[in-house]
Amino acid sequence: MDFISTLSIFVMACFVGYYVVWSVTPALHTPLMAVTNAISSVIIVGALVAGAAAGSPVAKYLGLAAVVLASINIFGGFAVTERMLAMYKKKAK
Amino acid sequence: MHEAVAVNPWVALAYLVAGVCFILALRGLSSPASSRQGNRYGMIGMGIAVVTTLLTHAPAVQLPPEACVGKESFCGHVFQLDYGALAEILIAIAIGAVIGVTTSRRIKMTDMPQLVAAFHSLVGLAAVLVGWAAYLNPEAFGIAAAGQIFLQSRVEMGLGVAIGAITFSGSVIAFAKLNGNMSGKPILLPARHIINLGTLAAILGLIGYFLTDQSLWVFGVVTLLAFAIGFLLIIPIGGADMPVVVSMLNSYSGWAAAAMGFTLHNTAMIITGALVGSSGAILSYIMCNAMNRSFISVIAGGFGASDSGGGGAAKVDRPWKRGSADDAAFLMTQAEQVIIVPGYGMAVAQAQHILREMTDKLKEKGVSVKFAIHPVAGRMPGHMNVLLAEANVPYDEVFELEDINSEFAQTDVAFIIGANDVVNPAAKTDKGSPIYGMPVFDVEKAKTVLFIKRSMGGVGYAGVDNDVFYMDNTMMLLADAKKMVEEIVKAIG
Repeated sequence: MDFISTLSIFVMACFVGYYVVWSVTPALHTPLMAVTNAISSVIIVGALVAGAAAGSPVAKYLGLAAVVLASINIFGGFAVTERMLAMYKKKAK
Repeated sequence: MHEAVAVNPWVALAYLVAGVCFILALRGLSSPASSRQGNRYGMIGMGIAVVTTLLTHAPAVQLPPEACVGKESFCGHVFQLDYGALAEILIAIAIGAVIGVTTSRRIKMTDMPQLVAAFHSLVGLAAVLVGWAAYLNPEAFGIAAAGQIFLQSRVEMGLGVAIGAITFSGSVIAFAKLNGNMSGKPILLPARHIINLGTLAAILGLIGYFLTDQSLWVFGVVTLLAFAIGFLLIIPIGGADMPVVVSMLNSYSGWAAAAMGFTLHNTAMIITGALVGSSGAILSYIMCNAMNRSFISVIAGGFGASDSGGGGAAKVDRPWKRGSADDAAFLMTQAEQVIIVPGYGMAVAQAQHILREMTDKLKEKGVSVKFAIHPVAGRMPGHMNVLLAEANVPYDEVFELEDINSEFAQTDVAFIIGANDVVNPAAKTDKGSPIYGMPVFDVEKAKTVLFIKRSMGGVGYAGVDNDVFYMDNTMMLLADAKKMVEEIVKAIG
């Protein structure tokens, strides 16, 4: 992909993010932070590439360390979001 | 030449689907009813991204030439899965999973701001590590030819590492402040603005220089300076401004992921980075707005430390009324409607559960009870809502500032627990007040105000006196928030 297509995706995604986030109810702002935190760990993709690549052992171990950190975030982030969201209940009639 | 990761259209498609799943994850949060479904979309998206990467970038060893006999046309392309390396990766994921899941189970809801700050620091550090891995082994990422990293990739990777490092060290400081490992008071260095701007300029300059010289020292100094500035940026910011800081770091972690996504030409990372980046930016904006302060003034720091000198001298002893738990119980049971305004003090005292018991008892007596939440109540956006949800308060009894503010005039009792600045009328009347212009609850319009506070000595974060304390219709309930509510519950009977 050339730079302009990647940039277009980025700019469009910023707009999508803008509108989607404004529609998030303020009551769920803490879960929003937890879940954005979990998904920003998609950086694990880069860590996996580095961890799997042969060539530079240092790069490989940096990659593996990043895999550990990002996994903590992914599992921890989604689990804690799930835990919080499960607490939000409507009035029992 | 830039077709590093996404050569196969199916792979590109998979990352795109992952990106869309992440959009749906945030979309789900528009209401509590759809939120859990949204969270599941997030997990699916992450699953797709991870599995796709594992399949396309499986660790492989090139087979020795003997294995090519008879398949000469493929030679150089015959790879075998490297099981050892794959095991290492899976173990790394498993270690992370165990730590992540255990932490998320054990964490107390009141400690959520610290946890989020800690998680941000991990994203930041992961970005730094990935950036370094990409720098040391650029061929693996397809961003270099003959040892020369592409110029565009140098900028992307420099920015990614810098933003990641700022996110990391900034979040570590935010964590220490929120967790009480470090005083929440602003720490002001002399000439800090000059130091910060200088460091920032140096980072950008070095990234520019990195274009002409890809030496290790350039990349190293960029990383170190970025670690330093993350630290310097957050130490002058006080505890109650942490909602803005946490949101801002949230935003940075997104931009770091996006920058890495550019380096790797990965759609999922770019989309996610943009989403998270805008999300954090919007949250910071909402928080700043709710304090009527500019983002710049929050980031510049020092609020509530040096500038409160003027107001202190004018303080005089004014008469105020002290009430007991019995008085409070009586007033509330007689009321038609009670609005509870919780603040950070409720979180500190862990009073949310007993508070819910109190509202249950009041409801049994036919009193209508509502909760009013200020956007900056607590130490992170939505902090109070989570605590009330934890205590089983239904979310349709919890209201935002603009939805409930007009109701105070028709309310019998405003019950303030652990909040102060957000109910200070000086924000509406006193132009000289540091909190002037901040939207606040009109609690003074309620027939009676019950104000739970530890003592008359302390003032809120902004260091301003609150006229509500001294009103005729205010009754001060001086005690620990949790103890006081326990006594009120007993008194209601």
